[in-house]
Amino acid sequence: MKLTLWTYEGPPHVGAMRVATGMKGLHYVLHAPQGDTYADLLFTMIERRDHRPPVTYTTFQARDLGGDTATLFKTACQDAVDRFAPEAIIVGASCTAELIQDNPAGLAGSMNLGLPVIPLDLPSYQRKEGFGTDETFLQIVRHLAQPCARTEQITANLIGPTALGFRHRDDITELTRLLAEMGVGVNVVGPMGSRPSDIARLGAAHFNVLMYPEHAESAARWLETNFKQPYTKTVPIGVGATRDFLAEVAKITGLPVKTDTTRLRLPWWTRSVDSTYLTGKRVFIFGDGTHVAAAARIAREEMGFEVAGLGCFNREMARPIRALAKDYGVEALISDDYLEVEATIAALQPEMILGTQMERHIGKRLGIPCAVISAPVHVQDFPARYSPQMGWEGANVIFDTWVHPLVMGLEEHLLHMFRDDFEFHDDAGASHHGGAHKPRDVVAEAAPAAADVAGSMPDAGASLGDSVPVVQPSGQIVWLSDAEAELKKIPFFVRGKARRNTENYAQTKGVTAISVETLYEAKAYYAR
Amino acid sequence: MNAPAPALGCTNTPVLKERGQREVFCGLTGIIWLHRKMQDAFFLVVGSRTCAHLLQSAAGVMIFAEPRFGTAILEEKDLAGLADAQTELDREVDRLLSRRPDIRQLFLVGSCPSEVIKLDLHRAAERMSVKHAPHVRVLNYSGSGIETTFTQGEDACLASMVPTLSATAEKELLLVGALPDVVEDQAMGLLAALGITKVRCLPARRSADTLAIGPNTVFALLQPFLGDTHAALTRRGARHIPAPFPFGAEGTTLWLQAIATEFGVDPALFAKVTAAPRARAEKAIAASAQTLSGKSIFFFPDSQLEIPLARFLTRECGMTAVEVGTPFLHRDLLSPDLALLAHGPTISEGQDVDKQLTRARAARADLTVCGLGLANPLEAEGMATKWAIELVFTPVHFYEQAGDLAALFARPLRRRALLAPLAPRIEAAE
Repeated sequence: MKLTLWTYEGPPHVGAMRVATGMKGLHYVLHAPQGDTYADLLFTMIERRDHRPPVTYTTFQARDLGGDTATLFKTACQDAVDRFAPEAIIVGASCTAELIQDNPAGLAGSMNLGLPVIPLDLPSYQRKEGFGTDETFLQIVRHLAQPCARTEQITANLIGPTALGFRHRDDITELTRLLAEMGVGVNVVGPMGSRPSDIARLGAAHFNVLMYPEHAESAARWLETNFKQPYTKTVPIGVGATRDFLAEVAKITGLPVKTDTTRLRLPWWTRSVDSTYLTGKRVFIFGDGTHVAAAARIAREEMGFEVAGLGCFNREMARPIRALAKDYGVEALISDDYLEVEATIAALQPEMILGTQMERHIGKRLGIPCAVISAPVHVQDFPARYSPQMGWEGANVIFDTWVHPLVMGLEEHLLHMFRDDFEFHDDAGASHHGGAHKPRDVVAEAAPAAADVAGSMPDAGASLGDSVPVVQPSGQIVWLSDAEAELKKIPFFVRGKARRNTENYAQTKGVTAISVETLYEAKAYYAR
Repeated sequence: MNAPAPALGCTNTPVLKERGQREVFCGLTGIIWLHRKMQDAFFLVVGSRTCAHLLQSAAGVMIFAEPRFGTAILEEKDLAGLADAQTELDREVDRLLSRRPDIRQLFLVGSCPSEVIKLDLHRAAERMSVKHAPHVRVLNYSGSGIETTFTQGEDACLASMVPTLSATAEKELLLVGALPDVVEDQAMGLLAALGITKVRCLPARRSADTLAIGPNTVFALLQPFLGDTHAALTRRGARHIPAPFPFGAEGTTLWLQAIATEFGVDPALFAKVTAAPRARAEKAIAASAQTLSGKSIFFFPDSQLEIPLARFLTRECGMTAVEVGTPFLHRDLLSPDLALLAHGPTISEGQDVDKQLTRARAARADLTVCGLGLANPLEAEGMATKWAIELVFTPVHFYEQAGDLAALFARPLRRRALLAPLAPRIEAAE
């Protein structure tokens, strides 16, 4: 038994729903009590879907338990087939139904429904949502994919995108374009957008593009073994990764790399002098393994950040993420406990977080800016505009997304110069985070004018800095009052770093009382 | 206003009882408002990852530093042996209470999996109460989806508290149901103005606010879904004051009137106290009634508030009810509302969601009240919808909120009118 206050991943049957909802012509008959229908709103509200997820819940109640829940399941199956006329159904149990052991697979299999019945075995008390997507897609592919002749043109399947994915919708468009420029067509995209009859012809492609290993690596391996289709190992998020991906496609297909980079702006944007302030920003990266690995490379090689720490919530990706962390000289945090993530961030005091919506909240509490790079998704992660993560346009989107929460270069200098100005005081926050602006009430008659500076993002970056205590009695180290006052003069967005560096320095030197001298000795010591 | 009760109310209308797939939350969802109301309580669901995911999804983005609810997630090894699960639960509770000394009441909340494996939470609660007394009181109830639907979770929670209340012989009024503090204060203010001052609320805001009950206690329900709590209070000798529920100017007046009659309040005083807020409420309702008047409405079952709300919308806002669905029809509590609801609409109890969708599509009411899983799909079909869940998360009771309640229903219609130039081409997710 484990106490959980919030969870990055849902149960595995929600993963199966993500696959089913992404597809068309497939129906999911889920043996489950009434409350499990909550999962529908994830799709209709967060993703703004205009159809109910194709799921029938058997809705058994306590009074059914002594009786015949098996018949209830069979009736629900028959009704679903009659009403929705799917090409195939997947059947399974949610956590409660797993306990009553009705064997949905056997029941549905015995019914002669006249369509493919794909049983799912998703152990609810051991695994989570990510396993559910991967396993469900694997079973669909195993049951439906047929051997077939390769297409005349060189084509690829794009596999991995699901409903409720982080920018999956737009990644498909971007990848399709990248492949088209190379002369490679797209055979099937799945699960998102495909029908069972499309899955049947997966074998016609020359290779598979594994977009998100979380959701389709098992299927990619199965197709490699059974249909001799190689699959791409690089996830094309970021400029370097996209180049590597294209090189990988060239190697698989024997085609030369052809790509139009006129739309790629990240390299110049990051080299332009205004971006100098990005140099060495310490970032903490957390999310699903795929997006974290991609973000780490972009952070170091394409933005000039320093990766202060990284980790992922999905245990399935623990091994590659640990290896990656080693390469970056940091410790990997593999955890689905957000309190542990919060404690790690608080200890590392990064200047920026690249994380999930949960890390965005953590950042708000700790006064650290955050850009969202990964699921679990939030309604904000489904923008109306085209906003991929993959390919050249994805790189542009990432540049903008990551820079937005930061205090900009010139603004940093202004804050330094005018830090005693009523508009630039500690609690003011970045000016483009309008709603957070809180004028200091020292000059009563001047303050009201500044109070009108209100923007459109009331939830962003609220009270930057005010949760960083000026005196931090960490361990036995004490800040003397003059050092404390001096620390307060340092602008809020670097104060956390200065405090942490000074304390580390004091600790290594065996200093227990930090004076102004200690502060500046530490500054000199850490000067780059 | 206060049109005479219809000659033919819905008291004897045959009820369409349905059994099939339901599109509603389970009783665990009540934790989202109960934990805000009871400020020193922690709700520990003993369940699965699904329960945890439901709670955070229903709570939306409301993630606090450390919420006062959580899930003890059952794992494979807990399912193997039950003795083990009790020990594991003890360990998790010890850990939780030592980290959160501010917690004075702990609710162990049963879920579908814990009910199916027959994990005895009552025994666990008794054991823990002894261990952690007097600092923490431990209670248990079931919010499982195999036994409770949405708001029934609050009913189960409040009912679990009734046996623990101390005894009194005083004549007191008990208000039952978790309302936002500001609304509760308004109710207390109105009752005080009527000279009724010995009033307590269940649930209390903090466990230290002692509640007592006895044969001279009379109680009024604030919510229509409190059937089990009603029964538990009656078993303790308390007496219910039947009344329509306090939604809208009429509902609030009739609810207050029933209490005033019980306490022998002078009619002149009653008229004096209620006149001004009632006039304000009527004026506020009138603003939205312009939009709602003459429009039809279809209720999917959700919170059990449907029948009182249909009464409010038809009698005070001029709407016509096509179907009023409720997960569970509690006639004992709802007869005053049913009698006021004009004959006409289908009254349905339970759900078979696909059949009901067919009826809703055929009816094409001007406004369809439904859960979040159905709202966008129906909007995409061109039907205006109102999210039912907002009705339990928003202050809607009593005079000062009557206008807000009407506005909640008017807003989707006003919004459609504003956006008319963009219709009918609606782009939704693929």
